[in-house]
Order: sequence, then C-alpha cells, then structure tokens
Amino acid sequence: MKLAEIKDVLRCEVLTGEDSLAMEVETVVASDGMSEILAFAHPGALMITGLTNVQSVRTADIANVRAMIYIRGKRPGDKAIELARKSNIPILATSVGMFDACGILRELGLKGGM
Amino acid sequence: MAEELLRKTFEIRGRDFDKAGETAGGIKEILTEIGVGSSLIHRAVVIAFEAEMNVVMYAAEGTFTFVFTDEEIKLEIADKGPGIEDLDLALTEGFTTATDKMREMGFGFGMGLPNIKKNADVFNIESEVGAGTTVSATVRLDSSA
Repeated sequence: MKLAEIKDVLRCEVLTGEDSLAMEVETVVASDGMSEILAFAHPGALMITGLTNVQSVRTADIANVRAMIYIRGKRPGDKAIELARKSNIPILATSVGMFDACGILRELGLKGGM
Repeated sequence: MAEELLRKTFEIRGRDFDKAGETAGGIKEILTEIGVGSSLIHRAVVIAFEAEMNVVMYAAEGTFTFVFTDEEIKLEIADKGPGIEDLDLALTEGFTTATDKMREMGFGFGMGLPNIKKNADVFNIESEVGAGTTVSATVRLDSSA
C-alpha cells in the first residue's frame, strides 16, 4: 500500500518526507515501547507510535523502519524531525488513536510484523 | 587468529537522553560504510542501542568499545552504575526495574538485555552491585540473521 493512501485514510499531516509518499509499505509495527519495535519490526515496516522523543526516530532508523506515523494528535519535537529528515524517514501525524489506526490499516490489507 | 581492522571507543553520559542513541547511530554509519550486510548491521546496532540506553537510563557513565575484525563485530559496554543483583532475573523477558520516567522515554519494558542476547552470537554479562555492569556481545560476520 502506498504511503500516500495511508496518509489519506488516516487523514495525516506530513511533517517531513512529502516527496516520499509514493513508497510502498506492506508490514506495520505499532508500539510505544521501543524495544518491542527493535525486536519485532520487519525491515521496511511502517512504524506507528505515540512516543515523540528523539529516541523514537532513532529506533526507527536502527530498526530499518521505512516511515513513521505519530498517533493521538501527538507531534515530535524539532530534533526528532531533524533526525528523521537526515535518516530519510518520512513522518506523518494523525489524530486517530493507536487501536483505530491499526484496525483501519489491517482492514486495508497491511500485515503485522510479528 | 582474527585480525583487528578497526577499534573505536565512545563515552556515554548517564541521564543524557538528548544524546542517547548517537553511539548506536555512529556504529550504524561505520558498518554501513564498511559494507557489512544489512542483517548483520541490524543485529549489531540493536545490541548497541539497547546497551547504550541501559547506560543512559541506569548508570552515571559508560564506555562503549567497538571492535571490527575480519571475523566479527565485537561490542563491549562497561558502565559505572548500580550493578545488577540477579542476572538471571534481569535476562528474563518482561522483568524490569525501570521507573515511570524511563518508560515515558519508550524503554524499560524488560526487553533490553533479552534483545541484546537474542541478537548476539556470543553474549556475556558481568555485574557487581554498587560498581557497575559490563556487557560483551559479538556478531560473527559469517552468521546468518
């Protein structure tokens, strides 16, 4: 599924990586616990999280996550966005909560990373 | 006998959450530049990041030694921290002594040391209560994911 479609479905704002919305993602990893993402993300997964600090982006980079969505209307700080830009990881933000975001994407055919 | 090709030492400051992860990020850059396979890089940097976060969360300071040989990636993280009383318990998935503040940082769910062990071909941990903890982990270049 294209990131651009996910953006529309979850009514996301793009915080960085506007030019990367054509990328395809097939698996998703969703957690506020970074170790869980490090342990279970498939390379190239989409990461959904409510944790907005720099470590969330660092985790995404180290876990080879392709793109990130912040949920519940949460927004990362400038340092996190800067690191995402440097690491070429697009960041989207939605007001939808974790459960609904995951449910909607699963219904559309995306798979979990476990 | 393995030939040492590169050795780097990084200092990690405890409680410095802004910089936490920079060492692991640096190691990822080095391994990418060397041209190591992506699954080996992934395992090494997960180990590096989890170990680095443990130092930042629990210890006053730590020294991270990265050694690259023609056979393996060796990571040694030695901290001056509180030490671990029961190593078997600390290596049990889900066991944690993290504070709420640590969990707010996204860590401290009892998966750090198990994640390190899982990704290492050789893993060793030594700890002395009141003195500190040393974690050693090796990823062999001829190992698979």
